[in-house]
Amino acid sequence: MPLFDYAPAPESRAIVDIRASYGLFINGEFVEPGGDAGRFKTINPASEEVLAEIAEAGPSDVDRAVAAARHAYETVWGRMPGAARAKYLFRIARIIQERARELAVLESIDNGKPIRESRDVDIPLVAAHFFYYAGWADKLGHAGFGEKPRPIGVAGQVIPWNFPLLMLAWKIAPALACGNTVVLKPAETTPLSALAFAEICRQAELPPGVVNIITGAGGTGKALVEHPGVDKVAFTGSTEVGRAIAKSVAGSAKRVTLELGGKAANIVFDDAPIDQAVEGIVNGIFFNQGHVCCAGSRLLVQESIADHLLDSLKRRMARLRVGDPLDKNTDIGAINSAAQLARIRELSQVGAEEGAEAWSPPCELPSRGFWFAPTIFTGVSQAHRIAREEIFGPVLSVLTFRTPAEAVEKANNTPYGLSAGVWTEKGSRILAIADKLRAGVVWANTFNKFDPASPFGGYKESGYGREGGRHGLEAYLAH
Amino acid sequence: MTTTVTRARPASGPGGELSEVTRSDAALRTFLHGLPGVDAVGVEARAAMLGTRSIKTTAKAFAIDLAIRMVDLTTLEGADTHGKVRALCAKAQRPDAASVTGDTPCPPVAAVCVYPSMVATAVEELRGSGIHVASVATAFPSGQAPLPVKIADTEAAVADGADEIDMVINRGAFLAGRYLEVFEEIVAVKQACGSAHLKVILETGELGTYDNVRRASWIGMLAGGDFIKTSTGKVQPAATPPVTLVMLEAVRDLADATGHLIGVKPAGGIRTSKDAIKYLVMVNETCGERWLDPDLFRFGASTLLNDLLMQRQKLATGRYAGPDYVTLD
Repeated sequence: MPLFDYAPAPESRAIVDIRASYGLFINGEFVEPGGDAGRFKTINPASEEVLAEIAEAGPSDVDRAVAAARHAYETVWGRMPGAARAKYLFRIARIIQERARELAVLESIDNGKPIRESRDVDIPLVAAHFFYYAGWADKLGHAGFGEKPRPIGVAGQVIPWNFPLLMLAWKIAPALACGNTVVLKPAETTPLSALAFAEICRQAELPPGVVNIITGAGGTGKALVEHPGVDKVAFTGSTEVGRAIAKSVAGSAKRVTLELGGKAANIVFDDAPIDQAVEGIVNGIFFNQGHVCCAGSRLLVQESIADHLLDSLKRRMARLRVGDPLDKNTDIGAINSAAQLARIRELSQVGAEEGAEAWSPPCELPSRGFWFAPTIFTGVSQAHRIAREEIFGPVLSVLTFRTPAEAVEKANNTPYGLSAGVWTEKGSRILAIADKLRAGVVWANTFNKFDPASPFGGYKESGYGREGGRHGLEAYLAH
Repeated sequence: MTTTVTRARPASGPGGELSEVTRSDAALRTFLHGLPGVDAVGVEARAAMLGTRSIKTTAKAFAIDLAIRMVDLTTLEGADTHGKVRALCAKAQRPDAASVTGDTPCPPVAAVCVYPSMVATAVEELRGSGIHVASVATAFPSGQAPLPVKIADTEAAVADGADEIDMVINRGAFLAGRYLEVFEEIVAVKQACGSAHLKVILETGELGTYDNVRRASWIGMLAGGDFIKTSTGKVQPAATPPVTLVMLEAVRDLADATGHLIGVKPAGGIRTSKDAIKYLVMVNETCGERWLDPDLFRFGASTLLNDLLMQRQKLATGRYAGPDYVTLD
């Protein structure tokens, strides 16, 4: 037993009230799904406990939701002055802050992420996003998209399970600020915080139909994005699904933004601040169990410091606390689903078979639930699948380089281009390298830092369009 | 500078093994400026993250008793008298009068830290207690005195029985880039210490950058310091979590490179149990549990002890006692 053994410090679940079953949130009401719908269960990935039964929206429900959004757009929201819309968004932001602890616990229970992250990162960013875009609502004429930019109409939005409420905020806050109404589908494994958000919309007395939340799996999402009443499609998720969406809307008048996968290079030069770089590597790949599209999943380290850096990284990894997501001292929580765990295991297996060497710190994993120990692969080459495919788990591929040119070449040698990191104490090198990296976000001496004022989005197969900041307004304005 | 001290070398310790880097001003400068930089945003974020650890129940009880055993109970006032020091020594031996016996008696502190003129009194009071007597020296807190005066200051404290000396580095020389001068002064003071342990105060509040804290840490370690210490307590800011983190990383790196274990002492501004526990978490997760020992980690503090005692009573009884239930000194 360690000398200084941190006693369990669980956050109380008592603050959340999870109902046995949930309907769909359409036109300001929770309604039962129509006849063509089924039901599915959402579980706690840390224990496999069933949390609630969720309605699966069928085509008729999608029709109803889109019709409600259209009606709200045409009669209320689309013509409301920006200052009035802002009032609702500020109200939502404040309610999120007031209910922050409840939302954090709910997110950790449904998603498996550590409470430290949902409490300190996800929920504060959710509130910040609503505050930020509330501020834009009456200033759209000054955003650089014409004097009187107009909303687009009804937005169909499909979001992933890795940051359920944060991705909802990224989608809904700018859409509403610009005067659009939305139909949003959360991921089937993490619907609870979106349904809690539906309650928040009621609490804020948001006009009915402005926000509609329909739950379901891929079929529901497909029905939504293909619905003829949708003017704008926004999707965050896998490149595979993103490609299918792009095909399905091709030839229609729908506007699309896609935020897809990534295989980010985190480049550490020999003059880097080593201790902070190690923290950045850990934060880059083990934050949120690596379920991050912009995760720093490829570590590119200069050969001259590779051994030293890896020793430091391993020592640091041995300190990571894997376990109960609700324990305030947990660093790495549960993998979100059995399917995702299978995918991580499969690619890790491939990595070992292809000759890379795996290392994990000794750590005891809980017997129930979905868990994967933090892992690094050394001896990885660009030819390995684990250097090319998105694993979306706590698995880091370590490659080395000799010169800055080689680092850039390897970093860009990927079909993706969402994010990258540069670690060096030399300012001129940061600027020179960042300029050459084909990635939407380049972090310098940090990683996985988000701010509502900063645009986010990808190059190449990581998608198109930008979310966040002034740039994020463009996707929701006709101009 | 008119010093008669010959250019001394550390007799043993890391300075012996890494003697190459201190053979000349140029070599030492090259070494210090070759250390990895410290990214200020990153180190502050890491220290803040470690501050969010939630230490409860059994872990808290362990941490509080450990923190008490690590306290250098300090009085460094112009108004200090022998009577005041005697009272402090009594408190050091029996911090919690109500919990001297029983199943979980309150441990004594690590040391009493006083000015040189008070050392003899403290030594007499603490004889046989196992509690160390630490004395500040070397023209504390500014260090602005000729080297022979600093040496004499040290020798006087040692002669009176201090077994730990808390010296200040020459910040003027450090900031002017005369690293070897800083180094040689520490070596000279270490010689004057004889068998007494040497704590090297960096006065990080005057160093300005984390890079400087890391460099000064290495100078202190290479020169034979047994501890590196953040502050005199007379300059703001005194100890902060990120500064202490940088120093912990330095002792960890030295241990990795040479096997030598050096202690760390944050001093000044640590007043609550909550803060002390954050430091212990930082020690635990940076250097490992080997450093969770009064021989390798200390708190320089005066008011911290009473807060630790009140939290200790709370854990034992389930109730918060008021400040009237712990002794003033």
